Amino acid sequence: MFSGRAKSPESSGVVPLGSAARGFSGVVVGVGVASNDGGLQAGELERRLLEIGFVEGARVEILHEGAIGRDPIAVRLDDMRVALRRREANAVMVQADAGEAAYLTAAE
Amino acid sequence: MSLDLGETLESPSSPATDSVATPPPPTSATPTAIPRIALVGTPNCGKTALFNALTGARQKVANYAGVTVERKEGPVVAADGWRGRVVDLPGTYSLRARSPDEAVTRDVVLGRFAGEAEPDVIICVADATNLRLVLRLALELKSVGRPMVLALNMFDIAERQGWRIDVERLSRELGVPVVTTVATRKRGMETLLDAVRGLAVRPIEAHAWREPTSTELRVAHREAERIRKACVTQPTQPDTLTGRLDSVLLHPIAGSAILLTVLFLMFQAVFTWAQPVMDLIKAGFDHLATLVAQVMPEGVLRSLITDGVISGVGSVLVFLPQILILFLFIILLEDFGYMARAAFLMDKVMGGAGLHGRAFIPLLSSFACAIPGIMGARVIDSKRDRLTTILVAPLMTCSARIPVYTLIISAFIPNKTVWGFVNLQGLVMFGLYGAGIVSALLVGFIIRKLFWRGASEPFIMELPAYKLPDAKNVIMGVLTRAKIFLRRAGTVILSMMILIWFLSSVPGKPAGAVGPAIDYSFAGMIGHFIEPVLRPIGFNWQIAVALIPGMAAREVSVAALGTVYAVAGGAEAVGPLGNALHNQWSMPTALAFLAWFIFAPQCASTFGVVKRETNSWAWPTAMFAYMMALAYLAAFAAFHIAKASGL
Repeated sequence: MFSGRAKSPESSGVVPLGSAARGFSGVVVGVGVASNDGGLQAGELERRLLEIGFVEGARVEILHEGAIGRDPIAVRLDDMRVALRRREANAVMVQADAGEAAYLTAAE
Repeated sequence: MSLDLGETLESPSSPATDSVATPPPPTSATPTAIPRIALVGTPNCGKTALFNALTGARQKVANYAGVTVERKEGPVVAADGWRGRVVDLPGTYSLRARSPDEAVTRDVVLGRFAGEAEPDVIICVADATNLRLVLRLALELKSVGRPMVLALNMFDIAERQGWRIDVERLSRELGVPVVTTVATRKRGMETLLDAVRGLAVRPIEAHAWREPTSTELRVAHREAERIRKACVTQPTQPDTLTGRLDSVLLHPIAGSAILLTVLFLMFQAVFTWAQPVMDLIKAGFDHLATLVAQVMPEGVLRSLITDGVISGVGSVLVFLPQILILFLFIILLEDFGYMARAAFLMDKVMGGAGLHGRAFIPLLSSFACAIPGIMGARVIDSKRDRLTTILVAPLMTCSARIPVYTLIISAFIPNKTVWGFVNLQGLVMFGLYGAGIVSALLVGFIIRKLFWRGASEPFIMELPAYKLPDAKNVIMGVLTRAKIFLRRAGTVILSMMILIWFLSSVPGKPAGAVGPAIDYSFAGMIGHFIEPVLRPIGFNWQIAVALIPGMAAREVSVAALGTVYAVAGGAEAVGPLGNALHNQWSMPTALAFLAWFIFAPQCASTFGVVKRETNSWAWPTAMFAYMMALAYLAAFAAFHIAKASGL
């Protein structure tokens, strides 16, 4: 399902949150990018993510990963904590902090 | 979303103080004029604690008409006698409802829930340490146009952690009165009520509401964020306790080990602590039945009271201790903030079977009894996930199956060691439990694939900060569960028990007849009638008859077998039931009987609760049908495989 190798970090450092590894920290730059196999309409997922606080400009940091397949993930979202599956997290685009690029590949 | 600041800028202080100065005299409050106050807030904001602090123990818990969402309401009385009615609405991040619970919140707030009076004032409850999302909710609520107060709850914790909140500025920015409260210590309640009273006299200018688009949500977030930055200063030293606890409790290995330990303790408690009380309840009801039997003349009425009502109520009440202990643990874990972590740890495992991470605890509870498990499925937001969980919950091996399993195992499975160290009887018991778990996961998977294809609910959940549970709120929560269970036991379940008694004892045994009385009853007739259907799975007519009263509860089948065999077999069957069965049944029949009980829908109470929880007879019927089909297939397979292998 999820693979850290699937998305190699682009030069800009913008990646889907679902593909980042534990320790990643960055800023949300886009919400609502359609997830590939999601059951929800993209618009509905976008609004749910917005309602729980995934909004452009919010700071994110991946704190924990599930034991099996490193899914779901627990993230610090500004000053709260949110758990979500990587599939849903893929709809959140994040810009890695400077010097954080190593974590993107640390996924595998 | 229209923020409409112009209209409300004058509101925060002046009307509130005005009305505080001239409170309506208590005598003028007629029942129709009692203002209705609705509590709205995000999950984990301490809303229930605030509700408890306002209403005390006088709250009423029921369901909303037509939906299985809990409706909690209670009266509130101010120090000077002013009265109001408070309704606690399900927690939500948005009026855009995602679950049946949230739809209730939306419809009540908008005043369009049929049969519910419109709220006069809304109290928006906020966790003062976590204002980010609730400020956006507050803006959305305000746009509805109803008078609103913002209660900054858990204000003591916020102060201790070093949060600085400019309450006056916040009130000015939002255009609503803002009150600080500490619900667990009942602090700020009078101030909150004063603010509510100031607003209750204002005419409601309800606006039309429609779902905000994603663009409007972003705009509202920016506005909420601007207000938060203007009014709230974060602590210089943020609270790290939650982070430190999470690094252990969410650790892939340590976290899973701790979860297993917690569950192990929970089930130890459910089985060992509850047992003495359960024995006491059972003995008490037996004693009561004996007493009644002594004072009443023999006849149908006595039989109805002793065998129908008393033993019927007793067989349900006996589960009360287990339910109380289970809910004590569930509420403690929920209030501590651990439940969301358990869901996080188990989501992948549950997700493989098409279930939500939150389904884990209800399914686990079902090992004690499916009834609290099905009631506990309310923690799952999505309707589909909730239904799947309810449908598979009775497949978990509940404690009522234990008497059946132990009887058959001790009578038929040799007490010997296999593979050098494994006790064969224990292995069979383990296999029966395992079969229940595997089949529940498989059925969940099939339901998801067959009926709700593609529509997979997302798993997005706030992980709340850890908090010490408040003893009073925990006790009130457990008592509420007990009340709900007792009310059900007193209505749906009791009437089913009486129906089963009726089938098992009417018509009575004719004078001079031989054989057990049950053989002449409707249950006996049904048993003989269905016996040909059960013959292919190795069941004789005695089993068929015993299965009818066994619908009351699985362990009743054991007692019914005793009745059928003890009398029918005459003097030589008076010994222990196990011996009687050993002499009368073949090994394939015994194994088929065990396989039957893994799946068989032999519990009227479960269907009563499913009917209550799903608000329809369609789901209990579907559940009965699929469980019956599985039971028949499993017993058929067990009987014929055992026969073919010469057992």
